[in-house]
Amino acid sequence: MTQTSLPEFQGCGVASGEQPELRPAFLPVYLLLGIAFGFVLTRSEVLSWFRIQEMFRFQSFRMYGIIGSAVATAAVSIALIKRLGLKSISGGPITILKRPMGSGLQYAVGGTIFGLGWALTGACPGPLFALIGNGVSVMFAAVLSALAGTWVYGWLRPRLPH
Amino acid sequence: MRLWPRSGTCVKGDIRDSRDTSRGKCAAGCAERTDARMTSWFNAEWPWYVAGPLIGLFVPALLLIGNKVFGISGNLRHLCSAIVPGRIEFLRYDWKRAGLWNLVFLAGVLLGGFLASHIGTPHAIAISPETTATLSRLGIHDFTGVAPHELFTWHALLTLPGFISVVVGGFLVGFGTQYAGGCTSGHAVSGLANFELPSLIAVLGFFAGGLAATYFILPFVIGRL
Repeated sequence: MTQTSLPEFQGCGVASGEQPELRPAFLPVYLLLGIAFGFVLTRSEVLSWFRIQEMFRFQSFRMYGIIGSAVATAAVSIALIKRLGLKSISGGPITILKRPMGSGLQYAVGGTIFGLGWALTGACPGPLFALIGNGVSVMFAAVLSALAGTWVYGWLRPRLPH
Repeated sequence: MRLWPRSGTCVKGDIRDSRDTSRGKCAAGCAERTDARMTSWFNAEWPWYVAGPLIGLFVPALLLIGNKVFGISGNLRHLCSAIVPGRIEFLRYDWKRAGLWNLVFLAGVLLGGFLASHIGTPHAIAISPETTATLSRLGIHDFTGVAPHELFTWHALLTLPGFISVVVGGFLVGFGTQYAGGCTSGHAVSGLANFELPSLIAVLGFFAGGLAATYFILPFVIGRL
């Protein structure tokens, strides 16, 4: 049984370039940031099924404005971090490795499959959890089902084109 | 298409009422007005030009704190790895080292949603009249919650529309995000901001799938309500 290499995690939550380290002292900071994110998801209403429908039916600029300005803000921030050569508080330079392109099939097919689920549940992974906090407790079943989907993907992975 | 938020929110309506009833007591009315305005941003829906940049700032915040890339869907993998890794290579790794920080962040997201829903007054999502009309025509009649109660309650889970929305939709979210290696946060925000071609392809896929589900699947799902 070969262990999946940790650098593979770039893009799904761990910056590569260095081996991720467990730093318990920083965990409360991540908790606070997560609380802030859950708050923003709720107040921005991007976790609403209704807002997602409004977006996919092109009946409001709102969601496009949110996603567009979020990307712009993040892009300017990343450019600044690179230009200034900033280091992270926990030590070490900030490095964001780009994802391997491969055939591109995994992004096109995987993306489309996620898109189907996004419109049906009206929620992407972050909002799924924020919705449970908002009292839409049935989303707990959606999370369990998403975990099943994750597991089945892992099982089929060697046979899927990437 | 509305670029700026509607001027008349429910909070302002309340102010107008209170001012009308306390006519002649201008000082009290004015004080009430500024007070309501100061708290309204915390309670009511935020305009896109506030919400969007705030979401974007999570990318540099995580990079600057711990050299972490903002992305939620990796947590589904970490959770699977922690609970039922089985003999699956994709799930056999040190999930604590790779993703404990992110799972803690995720717990915060749930808590943040709880806090936000308990601070301020609950209100219906002010979607555009066109969307309300379209959804009514398809069969949605309850517009009071963040998600329609006809589809997203435990009771509705036992019906075919609820099952497709929650269970089938959830499964596709899990499978799709892992296959694509990211979701709206990892690809659409982090990836696009870093000018990654794979993320652009993934985001085009998100919309292709979303549009297909909205126009070809949902009418049948909701039509069965």
